[in-house]
Amino acid sequence: MIPELGHFSLILALCMAVVLAVFPLIGSLNNTPGWVALAKPAALAQFCFTALSFACLVNAFLANDFSVAYVAENGNTLLPTLYKISAVWGAHEGSLLLWALILTGWTTAVAIFTRNLPPVTLARVLSVMGIISIGFLSFLLFTSNPFARVYPAPLEGGDLNPLLQDPGLAIHPPMLYMGYVGMSVAFSFAIAALIGGKLDATWARWSRPWTTVAWVFLTIGITLGSWWAYNELGWGGWWFWDPVENASFMPWLAATALIHSLAVTEKRGAFKRWTVLLSLLAFSLSLLGTFLVRSGVLTSVHSFAADPARGLFILVFLSIVIGGSLLLYAWRAPDVNSGGRFDMLSRETLLLGNNVLLVAITAFVLLGTLAPLIYDAMGWGKISVGFPWFTTMFVIFTPFMVFLMGMGPLTRWKHQDPAQLARTLRIAFVISIAAGVVAALPILHGGSWQAGLAVALSVWLLASLLLSLRQRHRHNVGVANIWKSFRMRGGGSYYGMIIAHLGVVVFIIGVTFATQFTQQEDVRMSPGQTYELAGYSFRFDGAKPVPGPNYRADRASFLVTRDNREVATLHPEKRTYTVQTKPMTESGIDVGLFRDLYVSLGESLGNGDWSVRLYYKPFVRWIWLGGIMIAIGGLCAALDRRYRIAVSKRVVAPEPSRVKAPGKKANA
Amino acid sequence: MTRYLRYLVPLLLFGLLAALLLRGLSLDPKLVPSPLIGKPMPAFSLSRLEDPSRTLSDSDLRGKVSILNVWATWCVSCRAEHEVLLQLARTGKVNLFGLDYKDERSSAQRWLSRLGNPYSANGFDEDGRVGINWGVYGTPETFIMDRKGIIRHKHIGPLTPEVVDKEILPLIASLEAESK
Repeated sequence: MIPELGHFSLILALCMAVVLAVFPLIGSLNNTPGWVALAKPAALAQFCFTALSFACLVNAFLANDFSVAYVAENGNTLLPTLYKISAVWGAHEGSLLLWALILTGWTTAVAIFTRNLPPVTLARVLSVMGIISIGFLSFLLFTSNPFARVYPAPLEGGDLNPLLQDPGLAIHPPMLYMGYVGMSVAFSFAIAALIGGKLDATWARWSRPWTTVAWVFLTIGITLGSWWAYNELGWGGWWFWDPVENASFMPWLAATALIHSLAVTEKRGAFKRWTVLLSLLAFSLSLLGTFLVRSGVLTSVHSFAADPARGLFILVFLSIVIGGSLLLYAWRAPDVNSGGRFDMLSRETLLLGNNVLLVAITAFVLLGTLAPLIYDAMGWGKISVGFPWFTTMFVIFTPFMVFLMGMGPLTRWKHQDPAQLARTLRIAFVISIAAGVVAALPILHGGSWQAGLAVALSVWLLASLLLSLRQRHRHNVGVANIWKSFRMRGGGSYYGMIIAHLGVVVFIIGVTFATQFTQQEDVRMSPGQTYELAGYSFRFDGAKPVPGPNYRADRASFLVTRDNREVATLHPEKRTYTVQTKPMTESGIDVGLFRDLYVSLGESLGNGDWSVRLYYKPFVRWIWLGGIMIAIGGLCAALDRRYRIAVSKRVVAPEPSRVKAPGKKANA
Repeated sequence: MTRYLRYLVPLLLFGLLAALLLRGLSLDPKLVPSPLIGKPMPAFSLSRLEDPSRTLSDSDLRGKVSILNVWATWCVSCRAEHEVLLQLARTGKVNLFGLDYKDERSSAQRWLSRLGNPYSANGFDEDGRVGINWGVYGTPETFIMDRKGIIRHKHIGPLTPEVVDKEILPLIASLEAESK
């Protein structure tokens, strides 16, 4: 009964989505206030029905209702409660329902938290989100119904994929989807602005905090995914350039370009067309990711049940949404004025440079991801693009990007005197080159030019951020004055930028050092045997069987010592899950700010011997630390007081042209 | 009209992409048609992984039924497959050669010394050129050649004990019997 309620509720949600997509949009075009006013209640109702439907599926998992086919495939009575809930989005149908829930959630958030927006604009934004929602809800209902029953009901469920039974992965998809779907807000704002023909700084100001928040979620989601891979996959890697990872990385790159470009549009009124195009691109890449993951056109470790019929559905939907929006863009963009002028050397130019680099990287990742498909479709045979392609690309692009990132905050808008900039940055330049050369010297770690380059770039960026802070506070002496300036002037976006860019420094160091100086050994070890690696000695104290809630494990014990002092005791496990009988490795990791010690169990070789992988990974934590700092920076920027001040101002002086019909050229 | 043209570029690019994706739907990435099956193996000559001063070439594989396994240390599935290869080698019924694909010599050598070496010899295909000639799509892949050096079978993905028992060993037995 409850699953049917969920199914029915989902149908009602689709009906609401249709109402939301049709009436407010038409009402906004032919000046019908009653239809425009329908936007908010329709958005709310849509969310409530989807949430109810989602709750019904959660309930089915908690109640072990194996008469529901999806639960029978992915649930199990022995699953711990946390994983019963995360099993809801553990496979195709449920994860799509989560996607729909988050989409309707974002729609509702936009409906509630933007009271200052002119009702016509808000109605259009919500309508566009309604159109997207129609696509996903009908995709659910017509091709992937999570509430389909199975008869006779099996006595026990097929269990959640053991790979996904990890706390990190329980929250990774919701975070990632918050990011993906959040891009639909920026997309809808851009479409609404294109329909109205009014692309100005106000539009950018409305869109900016939403875009930043979505980007923060995407950053957290990707960071979590990487951390999970490191913990669970058992070979110490943290990024694999797998098509599905790339599918999450491309929208992130485009969104990173977008939040910078939005800043220019808001502050200087420039780059309007470019910003709109990036808004469309970021969400289009999210949709493309969905297609790549679920259609089965590419092979990936993230296996969703692939089905060509589903693929065709998403492709048609993709063509309508992306094709339609780009057509609208081609029609409206020529009428947009170019906005603020700027000189060859100005903050605008530097941001444009970084934007171009980010988009170029996105294009290369896309090309690398689709290369197997392109080759296949052209009949050139089959290829796989591995690490070398992507790594080379990053080593080429990153230095330019970091160089510009250092200059950006110290450069003025509109016009910058080159000589003055050179004077300011002279010291930073010299110090960073010197630091790089020292770091590349063979006495440290046997010499590595990559490490030298990374240190030079990091020091350059760090020094320029410090210079920027000094410039901002050159009249504020002492901590008290700096605090006062912060209270008076605010500056969430400014400090957010500083934190996020520091995160990039930390990330670069982490990636380079972890890649360059990792030491690893695959060894056969007998109980009592000791192995030396990177100055640490690992003593294998044998493995013994340990029962788990829904698995059996062989749990080993390693005593790690350095200079005869105990450093850690590690317990890597080799688990066999009872239902799916898949062997899983659970690595034993001693976490440290400057190094991780990582042990994973291979195979039992008989007589108590095991094949064992030992790793010494310096600075690997810095990779995720950098990711977290970048996300915190984004959060600070999104919470900037400026947006709230702007809100209260506009409440006092509401827009006069409330329900004015937007003639095609009237506002252009 | 001309002023609209440059703004149509994104749409055109998307059109190309959509056409590609549509084509992709009717292709199966896991199904690799091997145009090489039934043809002589492509010629190659590589330095040996174990000893750079010696070479491994296609002539070393001729004259007997042989297996060429494509692997790399960066490939997780190859790690999973390794035990199976060791067992296969222990049967003594096969001539197993390896092609170390786009790899680093030192880590590959370490891999073999730590995990055990099932191969009679390994070709070191550093830049992947030989892999391309053989139509290698990803690692691991396994080719089986008859006495005359004709490729008779290609297995994509890691070998499992079932695959070895049900496909590889029977095929080798029949190929051995074939040309006596």
